[in-house]
Amino acid sequence: MVGEPRRSSISVVTRAVHDRGGRPADAPIDRSEHDLADWEILMDSLENALEGRGVMNTDEMRRGIESMAPSDYESASYYERWLFTTETILEEKGILAPGELDARLAS
Amino acid sequence: MSHDHPHEPVTTAGEPPAAARVRALADLLVEKGVLGREDIRRRVDWLVSRTPADGARLVARAWMDPSFKERALDDARLAALELGLEPGESPQVIALENTDDVHHLVVCTLCSCYPKALLGPPPDWYKSLPYRSRAVADPRGVLREFGVALDEDVEVRVVDSTADVRYIVIPRRPHGTESFDEDALAALVTRDSMVGVAEPVPPG
Amino acid sequence: MTFAAGDDVVVSSRAHSGHHRTPGYLKGRKGTVLRVHERFRNPETRAYGGDGLPKERLYLVGFALSGGDQVLADIFEHWLEKAA
Repeated sequence: MVGEPRRSSISVVTRAVHDRGGRPADAPIDRSEHDLADWEILMDSLENALEGRGVMNTDEMRRGIESMAPSDYESASYYERWLFTTETILEEKGILAPGELDARLAS
Repeated sequence: MSHDHPHEPVTTAGEPPAAARVRALADLLVEKGVLGREDIRRRVDWLVSRTPADGARLVARAWMDPSFKERALDDARLAALELGLEPGESPQVIALENTDDVHHLVVCTLCSCYPKALLGPPPDWYKSLPYRSRAVADPRGVLREFGVALDEDVEVRVVDSTADVRYIVIPRRPHGTESFDEDALAALVTRDSMVGVAEPVPPG
Repeated sequence: MTFAAGDDVVVSSRAHSGHHRTPGYLKGRKGTVLRVHERFRNPETRAYGGDGLPKERLYLVGFALSGGDQVLADIFEHWLEKAA
């Protein structure tokens, strides 16, 4: 390439992965529905119970989801995202030790 | 029966790995005293109790009572409480009225905000990436996909629930329902019509 | 600065790397205040363990789409400027 690339005069606002409005989306909307699985109802309830107890708040919960690696965010199911954020925020607050849940599952 | 791993995660066939992880997390949090089993049980009971019936009742009352409707447009939390309904924990709920001139459609482009207390949990499509992308860019295309064709002179208003306010749509009252009582009207109001992707069921 | 219903406003297009609830597709766009909501705790600080105080005014703002349609969104006061 010869010379410097020309700079655009318009600043590009970088968008985080959760910020979906207006993104190109060729896929038709899949209108099939599924009843929530037991584990999904449990995940929803856990998270809301934690909020109800003041352990974490909705904005922290959202911030945690937004911190997922973009490819993980886009491939995870809805409640898998909730699981990610709950673990992340609980670890951040020292309520869960790093690796504690993994250890529990392996025991 | 013997097995290699004495404490295998409890996972039913077909569940993702997340299922076992969620159960283990629940157990851990209860053991640590962060949550009580009763906290969780109460939340589970609440979630499974939520259906669109409460939203439909609010809509039916709004159709029958113009001053109630005005109150719902101003503050649907208070309006729901008037009917003995539970508006949920959202700080604010507002009703949006569809008319001959205006059709509202609700989305949450940033996550999945939805008036759960009045409508039940949101359907998968509402939380999907394509809906969140396209509702604000091509609402008429989205509506067509859902089977709603609007005249060109109807204004579409897509409402993106970006903050703590939750929105419920009061769809247009179907013709031929003048003699219906509140129960009969409520039976015509579908969840999808309260999100704005469908019209209510016409009287049979 | 506070706004009233009917005011023309522009959504700031400044970069903000932390949690915030102003969607990218609205940044830099001009709209009209349709409704003045009550004040709410600030999610941008609450998301990091703060209490979100002082509460901040929230506005329902309408933005024109093609064909006479609109997109409406709830935007916090510190993301809005008076339109020129």
